[in-house]
Amino acid sequence: MNTPVLEARQLAVGIGGHQVCRALDWRVSAGESWAILGRNGVGKSTLLATLAGFRAQQRGFLAIAGLPLPHTGPGADLRAMARIRGFLSQHQFDPFASTVLETVLVGRHPHLGRWDWESDADRRIAEAALHELDMDGFAERDVQTLSGGERQRLAVAQLLTQEPQLFLLDEPLTHLDLSHQVAVMEMFARRASQGAATVAVLHDPGFAARYCGRALLLFGDGEWLAGPAAEVINAANLTRLYGHPLRELCADGHRWFVPR
Amino acid sequence: MPNRRRALLVLAALVGVALLSLFVALAAGSMTVAFADVLRAIGGYGDGLAIEVIRGLRLPRALAAFACGGLLALAGALMQVLLRNPLADPYVLGISGGAAVGALTAMLAGLTLAIINLFAFAGALVAMLVVFGLAHGDSSWTRSRLLLTGIIVASGCGAVVALIMSIAPEEGLRGMLFWLMGDLGHSVSPWPALAILALGLLAMQPFGRELNLLSRGDTLALALGVSVTRVKFGIYALASLLTAVAVTTAGSIGFIGLVVPHLVRLTMIRLGWGNDQRLLLPASALFGGSLLVLADTLARTVIAPQQLPVGVLTALLGVPVFLFLLGRQPNERK
Repeated sequence: MNTPVLEARQLAVGIGGHQVCRALDWRVSAGESWAILGRNGVGKSTLLATLAGFRAQQRGFLAIAGLPLPHTGPGADLRAMARIRGFLSQHQFDPFASTVLETVLVGRHPHLGRWDWESDADRRIAEAALHELDMDGFAERDVQTLSGGERQRLAVAQLLTQEPQLFLLDEPLTHLDLSHQVAVMEMFARRASQGAATVAVLHDPGFAARYCGRALLLFGDGEWLAGPAAEVINAANLTRLYGHPLRELCADGHRWFVPR
Repeated sequence: MPNRRRALLVLAALVGVALLSLFVALAAGSMTVAFADVLRAIGGYGDGLAIEVIRGLRLPRALAAFACGGLLALAGALMQVLLRNPLADPYVLGISGGAAVGALTAMLAGLTLAIINLFAFAGALVAMLVVFGLAHGDSSWTRSRLLLTGIIVASGCGAVVALIMSIAPEEGLRGMLFWLMGDLGHSVSPWPALAILALGLLAMQPFGRELNLLSRGDTLALALGVSVTRVKFGIYALASLLTAVAVTTAGSIGFIGLVVPHLVRLTMIRLGWGNDQRLLLPASALFGGSLLVLADTLARTVIAPQQLPVGVLTALLGVPVFLFLLGRQPNERK
């Protein structure tokens, strides 16, 4: 069996007259880490929402683990899809007070039956996820009292309890300090080495080059470029991508890109 | 953290509270009956007058109060999830306004009690369909659009109500005022309301986790496999129906639907049980019902033989409680 986790053929995605990508041919296989790079407003989040099945594509074929998207209609099993594909949103909402443990346990929803309550096993999964995000001792805290970075780590922990095969991450490093940025990227790299696939919208090409083996560049006019990070992430492409001259620096064997 | 066993224990305790409140309502009044005699009278034994007063007058009224309180609290809790706003109440989308227009029109025409109730129910349904039709126009379900449409429809209904009252004959005004305040004196039979309350609670139980997810945002709910549009429509329809039945039974009783879910949620958080709709919805219904039974008992005894509209009492009690809750929220963040 060699079904890609995510497959796009001649995919066209647009929003409000703006073309995000045109004729995108793209395969994401198990074990791969992808970065999506592009300017503000280029449609990275729109593309990610389309890949997650939240909105329909304009044209073309899109499938997650062989299930064609959009995954709607009476026969669609949304919970089965949620066991395969996880999505980290850019924004978290906490209009009501709630504990951290309760919030992280929410990720178990697709694994539980309609009448089930969360079991001790679910609770252990949730606690392990909190531990992995350096949030031991937070379980009883009210989510409304968390700082921005803590809330973001909680959202990542929630995604881990979902245990998907495909992680779609919209700016996973938002609000995180440097050490937690590195920790989260390493954590997702570990997940990929264990057989998951990750697709992350990132704003730092250095992080993309360091932690993601592959990259998809969105140029804003429907043009795109996909391939191994070592090939597509370079100063010339990034200068065109961001519309600002960039320089490549090398330190400790990693490539970093700084604006001129 | 809530689990099934703890939830059942809490609900069992609240059922006890509800039974207690019903006992108080049956015993209290212009003719005081001892607790032991209350039990015997329910069974149909003992003093004939006591049987008549308790089984014929107080029991239906207390049950109607319980049903209305439960319906309003449940509808309020559902609206708060739907609008993702802890300050939403069952009337925010104009349903009570529609019911008021229907009821007062029937009163103006001098129709009988049963027809007035029918008109109230029809008015509530019309308001619900109008708000839904207007807000759903572009097939999106944005909260601000739903909320704004509801508020506009409610204020439109308010204008019509004012118009009816200004042209109504003097002697009809008191009845209209009592209806608007909320009053259990004109409820016909408690059983339809009780049945709808039970059905509503049962219908929502299997969707508890879905509601928890919806209260945390549509994207998260979608990502975790909730059929967001369908569940939201279900909540809207159910909450509207519950509210319509409540206002048909007792007019627009204020504050139960707003304060009770809020109070229950706050208590659950304080006790470390989290904010879980699987416990919150039935707990709100039981607590709201008990509260309205007690408030109504107070309303018909405090200046007896004169009766107060129970809506006045719930508002008088509700306003300070709500301001207190609102005032201490920022302190919790620190």
